[in-house]
Amino acid sequence: MNARPWLKIVSVLVGLFLTVPTLVVIPMSFSSSQTFRFPPQGWSLQWYERLFTSPEWSTAILNSLQVGLLTTLLATTLGTAAALGLAMLGSRARGLATGFLLSPIIIPNILIALVVFSAFLRLSLTGTLFGIALAHTAIALPFVVIAVTARLQGMDASLQKAGTSLGAGPLSVFRKITLPLALPGVLSGAVLAFITSFDEVVISLFLQSPTTLTLPVQMFNSVTVQIDPTISAASSLMVVLVSGPILLAQVIGARRGKAGRQ
Amino acid sequence: MPASTASPPTAASAPPAGRRPAARRRRAAALLLLLPALIALILFFVLPLLDIIIGSFTDPEPGLGNYLALFSDGYTLRVLGRTLLVALIVTLVGLLLGYPYAYMMTLASPTTRAVMVTVVLVPFWTSMMARNFAWMVLIQDGGVVQGILSLVGLSGVTLLGTATGVALSMTQVLLPFMVLPMFSVMQQIDRRLLLAGQSLGASRLSTFRKVYLPLSLPGVISGGSLVFVLALGFYVTPALLGSPQSALIAQIISVRTRDLLDFGGAGAMGVLILVVTLIALGASRRLAGTGTAVAAHAVAAGGDR
Amino acid sequence: MTAGDGRIELTDLCKRYGSGPLVVDHVNIDIASGEFITLLGPSGSGKTTTLNMIAGFTDVTSGTIKLGGRDIAPLPPHRRAFGMVFQSYALFPHMTVAQNVAFPLRERKVAKEEIARRVEETLRLVDLGGMGGRRPDELSGGQQQRVALARAVVFSPSVLLLDEPLSALDRKLRQTLQQEIKRLHEELKLTFVFVTHDQDEAMSLSDRIAVFNAGRVERIGTPADLYRDPGTRFVAGFLGESNLFSGRLRPGGVYEWAGHKWAVRDADGLPAGRDLVVRPERLLLAAAPTDVPAGVNSVQAKVTGLFFQGTHQRAELDYGDGMTGCAVLSPDAMAGIRAGSSVTAYWDPAHQVLVTPPTDPHPNEETA
Repeated sequence: MNARPWLKIVSVLVGLFLTVPTLVVIPMSFSSSQTFRFPPQGWSLQWYERLFTSPEWSTAILNSLQVGLLTTLLATTLGTAAALGLAMLGSRARGLATGFLLSPIIIPNILIALVVFSAFLRLSLTGTLFGIALAHTAIALPFVVIAVTARLQGMDASLQKAGTSLGAGPLSVFRKITLPLALPGVLSGAVLAFITSFDEVVISLFLQSPTTLTLPVQMFNSVTVQIDPTISAASSLMVVLVSGPILLAQVIGARRGKAGRQ
Repeated sequence: MPASTASPPTAASAPPAGRRPAARRRRAAALLLLLPALIALILFFVLPLLDIIIGSFTDPEPGLGNYLALFSDGYTLRVLGRTLLVALIVTLVGLLLGYPYAYMMTLASPTTRAVMVTVVLVPFWTSMMARNFAWMVLIQDGGVVQGILSLVGLSGVTLLGTATGVALSMTQVLLPFMVLPMFSVMQQIDRRLLLAGQSLGASRLSTFRKVYLPLSLPGVISGGSLVFVLALGFYVTPALLGSPQSALIAQIISVRTRDLLDFGGAGAMGVLILVVTLIALGASRRLAGTGTAVAAHAVAAGGDR
Repeated sequence: MTAGDGRIELTDLCKRYGSGPLVVDHVNIDIASGEFITLLGPSGSGKTTTLNMIAGFTDVTSGTIKLGGRDIAPLPPHRRAFGMVFQSYALFPHMTVAQNVAFPLRERKVAKEEIARRVEETLRLVDLGGMGGRRPDELSGGQQQRVALARAVVFSPSVLLLDEPLSALDRKLRQTLQQEIKRLHEELKLTFVFVTHDQDEAMSLSDRIAVFNAGRVERIGTPADLYRDPGTRFVAGFLGESNLFSGRLRPGGVYEWAGHKWAVRDADGLPAGRDLVVRPERLLLAAAPTDVPAGVNSVQAKVTGLFFQGTHQRAELDYGDGMTGCAVLSPDAMAGIRAGSSVTAYWDPAHQVLVTPPTDPHPNEETA
């Protein structure tokens, strides 16, 4: 299909607008200066060194990893089970339950932060990594449900019937057919849950205490509370760490799509 | 070969009406699988939310005081107005940028389309903090954006700490949410309709206006309403790139919650945002037919399916 | 396996969803062991629901299903041991062909060497010997369906259920697989219950056909019987083509339609409201009324179209009064007949049949 030249130009410009601004963090992270001057005047690795050696940054990374892994575990388990349950429901019950499970997506994060903060104050869960992980589980759950459900819906319903007709009981069908086929959905749900948690700022900011700063909170504080250019190294790291898997998934997806069309 | 008549049924072998073992067992299993997630969500999300909603009417004293204060206090009213304005601008500019991009995605070859999808998805999943920090660097005084503006004759425009800078950055940060639902709708449109329109004598432009635009409208409504509600409650960008003088509602909620512990007042603002969100998404759902936010996130979570 | 194992008796079988109408309405079929029976009907006629009730995927509202004389209601679907073939093949994509075929044997804890032997044997049976290592998506549609067949018979079930297994294939492949299924039936001597909406498929494969309409079995019999004597107008219309006249039966062996009077034999005691059916190959055409022999029934018709179809020619006919039909003749018999001309269509009274017009017992259930 041929497109008008101006459409191509606009699309390229929008594509650049989407990607290029974020990329300034990469040269910034190699700056030798204490300020946020761009472009940098000189080069150094000091911000990377600081990111991994200074206690406040390395603790933040560790905290984020802990919260992220715990969230992934909780959200993937709960979300996968829920998606499998949804698939077994009648259409009306499924619609209602899906709407409920996905509702955290449409609630503004600031409201979730407010709600969770006030509840956790009472439950003494503020200032604990476990509390942050619980709140993250609520917002990561929808992504797992969506990913697994998409996978299950793409699955031919007669596969399970076939398994049954060949003598496999409900548990056996689940273990040998449904679960292996849903696995890619579960895995992508897990990745999305981890990214959701690892990247989350607002809730973690509300629930922060000096010992539970996550990486995004540390980054937030490093520009609002003090001026600490280490954030540029942290940003670069995050951009690369997040973009890598997404790019990989897209490349694999495109390749598989091409193979499937042949 | 036996005839097509059968022996009469024995009374005992006929199952009683209404006994449906398979269906019942299935429902029980479904419930069992759903229960943990439902309980977790109710415990850590729904009940606290209800608590805040109730609190906004009772704390510090029963009544509509918290809500009346929203609209009687000049400062809060100005913040609300500014928030609405920024959200509208972000939505409109996003539409103008996102529509041609999403349209181009449907025209592109599979490989180009994969690249274009990636270009949208990477920022969608890339660190919110990194992207906002990048904007902070770009729009600071003496930064790159100021440099570009002075090239076109607009020198000395302050962006960091102003609503303009916040709106500029938010447009870029929220653009993926605009493109994805539009793309998912446009992808469904049968392009042969355009050829049909042209074969019937309509010009290319008029076919686009009369055939394609109306068909893509659900995507426009979906993307637009989603970006609008996200912009309404957005915290990170205004908190980092704005200032107390150009505060948006989310910043006020943060201050009231964390610094003043005024859950009633913050709750009233939160409920206000929630109500506007639900109205906007409800209207969009009615007009566009699908769950907006869910559609966008489904695209984001599942790639270009 | 002893003879009689594969006998299936459906007695007053009914299905209703919620408080809706009956989608399967008192179905009674006695399927002999080793028989090839086809459940034929348009979509929504209840044939697939009936199959799903036999397989155990759909709960029975009332009535019984017996296998080899035993009520199978208490058996969950995975214990019913029916082989089943699906329209979508339903091959497990994460397993190889051999693993797919081995699946039912593994579930039955058959010994490893025995599994390997039977898998290879069954794959050879469907002409896929040596293909065990392939993945399902590396096979063509026809090969996939053959794997599905192998998988469904490898554990020696007494009954094979086939749910529109050929609908997803193109015409040519469908014919090849029809022969394959027929051969498999002859070799394995299992009971085959075959669901389809394709009348040609049903006629060329089945020992007997049960024609479903609006949840009921409208008629059951051998393909030849059903074609020769469809019994009801629905069956006549669904199985093959017909020239159909809705007139009245008069006393004294006369059938009256639009002013024509035709001779009818053996019509004593039948109600007057019957439709008369003449199959297209039984109809003859005469260019001039004088060419019509004596002792036949005849009707004036206008030829609205002539189509050459290789072995025969086909004439579309308009009888007036809103009635249309067709005749299928050898090219010689069509000599002198042109599109647009008026002809006399005639037939031997022995070649006509009287059928019951639709009574429409459940006017609202067609869509259910």
